[in-house]
Amino acid sequence: MSAPAPTLPAKLRPLAPVSWKTPIMLSVIGLLSLVFFGFAGSEQSATFGISTGGDVFTLPDLVVPGIATGIVLGLGMCVLAGYSIFLAREHRPTPGWVPMVFAALFIFAFLVWVVSGARTPQISLAGLIAGSVTLAVPLVFGSLSGVLCERAGVVNIAIEGQLLGGAFSAAIIASVTGSPMLGLLAAAVAGALVSVVLAIFSIKYVVNQIIVGVVLNVLVSGITGFLFTTVMQEDPELYNSPGRLPVIDIPGLSAIPIIGPILFRQSIVGYLMYIAVAAVWIGLFKTRWGLRVRAVGEHPKAADTLGIKVNTTRFVNVVLGGAIAGIGGSFFTLVAIDSFTKEISGGRGFIALAAVIFGRWNPIGAFFAALLFGFADNLQSILTIIGTPVPSQFMAMLPYVVTVFAVAGLVGKSRAPAADGEPYVKG
Amino acid sequence: MKLELQGISKAFGSFYANEDIDLVVEAGQIHCLLGENGAGKSTLMNVLYGLYEPTAGRILVDGKPVVFRGPGDAMAAGIGMVHQHFMLVPVFTVAENVALGAEATKAGGILDLEVTRKKIREISDKYGFDVDPDAVVEDLPVGVQQRVEIIKALVRNAEVLILDEPTAVLTPQETDELLDIMRQLKSNGTSIVFISHKLREVKAVSDVITVIRRGRVVGDAPPEAETTELASMMVGREVKLTMDKEPANPGEATFKVKNLSVISSTGQRVVDDLSFEIHRGEILAIAGVQGNGQTELTEAILGIQDRVTGSITLEGKELLGRSVKQVLGSGIGFVPEDRTVDGLVPEFTIAENLVLDLYDKAPFAKGISMRPAEVKKNAESRVAEFDVRTPSAENLASSLSGGNQQKVVMARELSRPLRLFIASQPTRGVDVGSIEFLHRRIVEERDGGTPVMIVSTELDEVLQLADRIAVLYKGRLIGIVGADTPRDVLGLMMAGVSPSEAEVSQQDNPDDMEGDFA
Repeated sequence: MSAPAPTLPAKLRPLAPVSWKTPIMLSVIGLLSLVFFGFAGSEQSATFGISTGGDVFTLPDLVVPGIATGIVLGLGMCVLAGYSIFLAREHRPTPGWVPMVFAALFIFAFLVWVVSGARTPQISLAGLIAGSVTLAVPLVFGSLSGVLCERAGVVNIAIEGQLLGGAFSAAIIASVTGSPMLGLLAAAVAGALVSVVLAIFSIKYVVNQIIVGVVLNVLVSGITGFLFTTVMQEDPELYNSPGRLPVIDIPGLSAIPIIGPILFRQSIVGYLMYIAVAAVWIGLFKTRWGLRVRAVGEHPKAADTLGIKVNTTRFVNVVLGGAIAGIGGSFFTLVAIDSFTKEISGGRGFIALAAVIFGRWNPIGAFFAALLFGFADNLQSILTIIGTPVPSQFMAMLPYVVTVFAVAGLVGKSRAPAADGEPYVKG
Repeated sequence: MKLELQGISKAFGSFYANEDIDLVVEAGQIHCLLGENGAGKSTLMNVLYGLYEPTAGRILVDGKPVVFRGPGDAMAAGIGMVHQHFMLVPVFTVAENVALGAEATKAGGILDLEVTRKKIREISDKYGFDVDPDAVVEDLPVGVQQRVEIIKALVRNAEVLILDEPTAVLTPQETDELLDIMRQLKSNGTSIVFISHKLREVKAVSDVITVIRRGRVVGDAPPEAETTELASMMVGREVKLTMDKEPANPGEATFKVKNLSVISSTGQRVVDDLSFEIHRGEILAIAGVQGNGQTELTEAILGIQDRVTGSITLEGKELLGRSVKQVLGSGIGFVPEDRTVDGLVPEFTIAENLVLDLYDKAPFAKGISMRPAEVKKNAESRVAEFDVRTPSAENLASSLSGGNQQKVVMARELSRPLRLFIASQPTRGVDVGSIEFLHRRIVEERDGGTPVMIVSTELDEVLQLADRIAVLYKGRLIGIVGADTPRDVLGLMMAGVSPSEAEVSQQDNPDDMEGDFA
């Protein structure tokens, strides 16, 4: 026997099976878009306002015809779907940019379609984007909390409770003291307290993390609801009029069209959001602390054998995450409106959880995921106002539909920290 | 550095994993701890490394008593450990893994990996490790991962290095390289505690051998001691390390695998175009380092792999595409590689485990009802026949030792007439005494005319059982060779060298090679 193990000629060897999921999904969505947004589109033109009054220079409005734009974009999507099918037949995977471009085309086609079909076919793009960022603020804080906890290996289902606890404490402390800044601080403390309970039960007593999280959400909802009716509603003047955090306008920079208001016309909570995203990212990926946190979340035993205190690290991270989510909660009562109502967080903690996964456990990814959900949220309220052909109930579903699709994976599988949700017990 | 353990005991509940152990590791020595699986070697080392607190006894470093509250203390005292299951974060780079826990930082706690990279390169050059500091650990072969573990210890200035079963995951060639590295470390003044149950390696490299059995030190032995002497110290009675079996009397080839390929869930081709046959009355051993497609091959035969192409026939009937139940029903006995996960239901009784795949057939079932009396009768006779050491067949399977659990799995699979018997890692984690017995049963099955396929990563086991040896490397069949092929040739084949090349480099005679490729 002198020849090495012979193999079959290349064309006889079985080819790697290829996933048809992406090509099929793209084709179906592409064709539906072409039909609904294109051929069945509205004959009106859609107008998108780019500039607002305060800008340094004014850009002209963008006016596009409904049907023609729908057809062009729909065809564009079909071309991408065709390319994906071609690649699948060649047994090659679809590259990542295809679904991304596809999604962008889809969103624009959808916008043109709903706006051109509305009673007043005109929306302000600047307002749409600025509003998206505003609505994303609590989501970003919530998802940062999730990232911090899960990177250390603790699943944080209690984001909702932390947001709600933060919102309530911010309202009552700011009302009583008359200082929204103290309210902000109280929100952080409240979020941290919710986290302490999560940490004690899930880390020290090794109770199932999902169950503790769910129970905490119910508990916080119950307590804040009870105190709202028994205390706040008795004397709203004293207990439920926190006042708002001022919007700080950075002169000059805030007048840049579109990005000006997003980056430089925010309340302190908005600025804190950008700082927190950057700080968590640098912390996790560039510092000694972050290396240890990630090690604890990936392979706690390895961390332990190197003298890293696994459970202490987790405890600190969970509490820190709670404080951050608490600050996010203050957004509801100190920025968005200036009073607390029952369940004011409205399930955004769960959307934040989805942003953690969609953002692949990366603070920056989570930030953009949260922005996407904020965009969907804002879009539905704007579209309801301008009066679209779509029933408002369906519009209200939009953020959640986007969440489900995003997490279900237009983008493929994301990989959680290996020890996420696994309690660490020595020995 | 001189390290002493005095009267160390470690109890888990009422069970003593270590009892009154004394051990002295002199500076610059390779000190071997020899003992069977479950003898308490790893427990002892975890005590030494601060992972467990000893129930009694003390540790002395250079004559001074020390207390290790955690691995950090042990490391600070100059003790490094390479665990059997590597303590590396798979998604981190080599540098990040080495830095972890002893990170160099710039101002503000910002990581400075450049310092670590430099240290890694220094050590890597000194010992010829050839490790890239920026490679991601999960992409590295296990042999290299092990070197990363050694670097981790050396960066922390370890003077005593504990290696816990370091050769279990290595090819014979990688093992030889590791033994060389150990000698180099020793000549640089590092003491090594080498934990193993492989007599050949122990004899090759140790200065002193301490034998441990059932948590106690049995005695010390020089490396010149006879292999059989060491084995009987380890087991506690005379053992035969070689098995006398009659030469095979192969009949017709009834089990045929043709152009079999398996694609894993991650899209990799884990079994690549395999073709081989097994004759009645012969044992074909599938050799190879763990993770080279053996698991997927056996699972494909059983029908629990999804993306399979090619053909698997038993007595002319195609098995591919049939359900597991149909496959088993066609007369295949299957011993999976991990008995506690796939072979047994630990929470079921021994009697129940003995009928796991027969529960719905006569005599154990009648219509929709089970017949407990038959199950019990069957259990009693199997337990006696296979010498399962248990007070009662009604005890839980989880209460048995590894060797006895394996006997239960084997007893179940061999309890009906077979047309093919497949056993994966039939004696992994089984005590030497049980190994003898299990091997004998496998050979008996062969002598009864059943084609037998053994998958084993232990070369010793392969050489003892096989009539022919098929070597897998990265899912491909490197070659099928005779059972009298020298170890070195097999070792090279396990590293992907074709049989002819391996043979030339070992200057062996070509007669025992069989051309059995598709």
